[in-house]
Amino acid sequence: MTMNIEIKFNGQTKSLTVKTTQSLLSALREDAKAKEVKDGCSEGDCGACTILMDGKAVNSCLVLAPAADGCEIVTVKGLGDASNPSTLQRGFVTSGAIQCGFCTAGMVVSAKALLDTNPNPSRAEIREGLAGNLCRCTGYQKIIDAVECAAQKNNS
Amino acid sequence: MSFKDKNFRIVGKPMPRHDAWEKVLGNVSYAGDHEIPGMLHVKVLRSEYAAARLIAIDTSAALAVKGVETVLTAEDVPNNETVTKFGQTHTVGGFEGLYRVLAEKKVRFFGEAVAIVAAKSPEICDEALKLIRVEYEPLEGVFDPAEALKPGAYLVGEDDSNLICQYKVRKGDIGAGFAKADVIVENTYRVPQVDHAYLETECGSAWLAEDGVLTIRASTQVIEHFRGIAEVLGLPQNKVRVIAPMVGGGFGGKEDITVETFLALVVFKTSKPCTMTWTREESLLSHGKRHAYTMKYKTGASSDGKLVALEVDILSDAGAYVYLSPWILLYSTVKATGPYNIETVKVDARTVLTNNIFASANRGFGGVQVCFAYERQMDEVAKALGMDPLELRRKNFLHQGDALATGRVLEHAVETEQTAINVRKMLGEKTVSDKANILIGQGIASSMMSYGRMTFLHDTSRSYVSIELDGSVTIRCGVQDIGCGQKSSLASIAAEVLGVELTDVTVYFGDTALTPLAGTTTATRQLYMSGNATLKAAQYIRDNLLNKGAEVLKVAVEDLDLADNKLVVDSDPSLAMPLAELVKICASDGVELFNLAQFNAPAREFMDFTTGQGQVFADFTFGSHGIEVAVDTDTGKAEVLKYVSSYDVGQALNTLSAEGQIEGGAIYGLGYGMTEEILYEKGRALNANLATYLIPTAMDVPDIEVDMIESHGGIGPFGAKGLGEPSSVPSAPAFVNAVCNAIGKSLSELPATPERILRALKN
Repeated sequence: MTMNIEIKFNGQTKSLTVKTTQSLLSALREDAKAKEVKDGCSEGDCGACTILMDGKAVNSCLVLAPAADGCEIVTVKGLGDASNPSTLQRGFVTSGAIQCGFCTAGMVVSAKALLDTNPNPSRAEIREGLAGNLCRCTGYQKIIDAVECAAQKNNS
Repeated sequence: MSFKDKNFRIVGKPMPRHDAWEKVLGNVSYAGDHEIPGMLHVKVLRSEYAAARLIAIDTSAALAVKGVETVLTAEDVPNNETVTKFGQTHTVGGFEGLYRVLAEKKVRFFGEAVAIVAAKSPEICDEALKLIRVEYEPLEGVFDPAEALKPGAYLVGEDDSNLICQYKVRKGDIGAGFAKADVIVENTYRVPQVDHAYLETECGSAWLAEDGVLTIRASTQVIEHFRGIAEVLGLPQNKVRVIAPMVGGGFGGKEDITVETFLALVVFKTSKPCTMTWTREESLLSHGKRHAYTMKYKTGASSDGKLVALEVDILSDAGAYVYLSPWILLYSTVKATGPYNIETVKVDARTVLTNNIFASANRGFGGVQVCFAYERQMDEVAKALGMDPLELRRKNFLHQGDALATGRVLEHAVETEQTAINVRKMLGEKTVSDKANILIGQGIASSMMSYGRMTFLHDTSRSYVSIELDGSVTIRCGVQDIGCGQKSSLASIAAEVLGVELTDVTVYFGDTALTPLAGTTTATRQLYMSGNATLKAAQYIRDNLLNKGAEVLKVAVEDLDLADNKLVVDSDPSLAMPLAELVKICASDGVELFNLAQFNAPAREFMDFTTGQGQVFADFTFGSHGIEVAVDTDTGKAEVLKYVSSYDVGQALNTLSAEGQIEGGAIYGLGYGMTEEILYEKGRALNANLATYLIPTAMDVPDIEVDMIESHGGIGPFGAKGLGEPSSVPSAPAFVNAVCNAIGKSLSELPATPERILRALKN
């Protein structure tokens, strides 16, 4: 069974025909062609597919696509682009927080959700805020640095 | 500041990586992101038995499903079985193994590929997979390497023994060594099979190009598998092309073929494009793991702390197929002593087939398992002698000019002792616990890990560098970039030598058709090998530029330099000429501003396998880790309070990147120490997902204090040493040494879980 949904995707209205059993992750990757949203496990364990859904960070693999009808969806591409990157994206680059880059899109989105609710987090709070996003390359330290650096920039 | 006076502009500075922006903006097309109109989806039917005879496979019902394009089994594969010299290009004895694309005769492990389906959608694939009828005759199997060695044991393969190979090292008279010992410490250490758990599972796409070249774009550390794929299909090697886009983590797990042959087969049979991405469960079940080892260590020491004898017996579980097991075992054999000078040494090592998932490369490649044993053993010997663990290590460290037990003299920089002293200092005084149930402990561990492949493999790498007419720089090099900054490092080297900025360099990488072959991204070899090749090519262009510049400006070549996109005259800055202008002059005069360079690693003959004497590695990276833990005696939980790491990096190409390797390596290794283990029940992995196979999260680990020594004594570009694997090697023993120090008991098994710690506390 399929149904039509309408989402506000990175600021633009998008209509998608999705299966009622389809995950939002699959709808975003396969139907909306949002390949920046990564699939690391499809079962909510790794956080690579994290997106903002009405401002909250969610694992898009754990959301059914029909549940996103009428919602605002933001991926890492919605946070900034080459001509106008977000402070978080800048922070990730200058802090050396990116190695293979596969966790990066989800990590940046989770960090965005964290800073939206807690603009001045401690390192421990950043670690807690990102605990749902696995990274196998960096050991997390430079990611924490990046978020700290972005928070300082945002607050200055 | 320039390359000329070694006062570098780019090398050795903290720089944002060359590939960072494309990744943070979400613009990188990884292997699983590529779509081709009309592409088929491919899925694998996997064995539900660890050991079974394959009687028959009926694919007719699956083939009848609407939307199914093809269903393939072993008999559809032109050459289903090939004997591969895994990952290498020279014929040497003892390093060959059977590579089987799809199961035939006997199934050897749970999760082994039995058939593949290609269909119009993933859902149709799933439906068809359910309709394939496989008739198995279950067999008893063998799951323990010691059992597998016994006479009459179940035979995993078609040979008459499960033993794959054995190595030994002999130095001096071991009996006389032990006779001199005042204390003898004997322990058996066990380490489990573990997974790489990269965030990107195995994936790729493939198509038939208009010129008939079968093209595969896959997440791989080795594009040169195009040769093996061609052999499987019976095609000439130049009719198969492999492209590796940015890889979402490798750590050795994408060193062997994963999706490539399946994709290639579907294109070969259907001429249609196709794609495949493994699920996390599939990834955990069916790519090679790090070997589980049982290691018996017997160490003799004199009362003043000199190691006089070491006897080691290593038993490695290779799992169901040979893959890289013999190589990894050789690494372990040579490194079994650790970075210590021991008077007499006897090492015996064997690797054995079982019906567990096959084991192959994983960051540290046989150097990790033995490090756990030799570094735990050092602390146990120190305890027996009543000596400080650092002091015992300092009495026995190998130094430059000393020989390994294999007779190989360490010609290059050896800073192990300094790194150990540094981590001890960085750890500082023990934190004081204010709770009765919290015990604090500190531990250190040192290691030596090779970078670059074994010297008898006669390794080479090629890189092409050119300067465009506007002064921008292009590199073409067949490296696979698996996230460690392979591409970025090459850009740094060329930018430094040619006096341009990092952003002025474009690097084309990972394509067997368009980039010169640079070998595998494994063995911590790319900075060393392709870095040297790129340096050589860039140097050739630099020489041509400077010679022409000297002629045009009528000054001595020695007076010239390249910096900040200019030809600079040291004695008269007013004469400086824009690089682009000099390039135009060179172009019109026919001066070559391109070069394809090959770097050849120092090559040696095979070691003598009867004595274990000879050279196996070109150089090593030495380093130490220090950890402080707080152990809760009620729960057994060990929290890492402090983590310090010190390495001689030779020369950091990009200090931010090098720190990133050291930090990431530490945490990758800490997972091995704390939580990671594939749990088995008769060959069936019980924890094939990331909810039960636990890798460290941001909450589980502390910040790491990094110390980098730059000896400039490596054999990579500018004296660099490799870091990718070495940075991870001593984590687990440092962690367990800290736990043992806290609780006053001995642990000899990984991972040191709360359960194991509690059990040790009760003993």
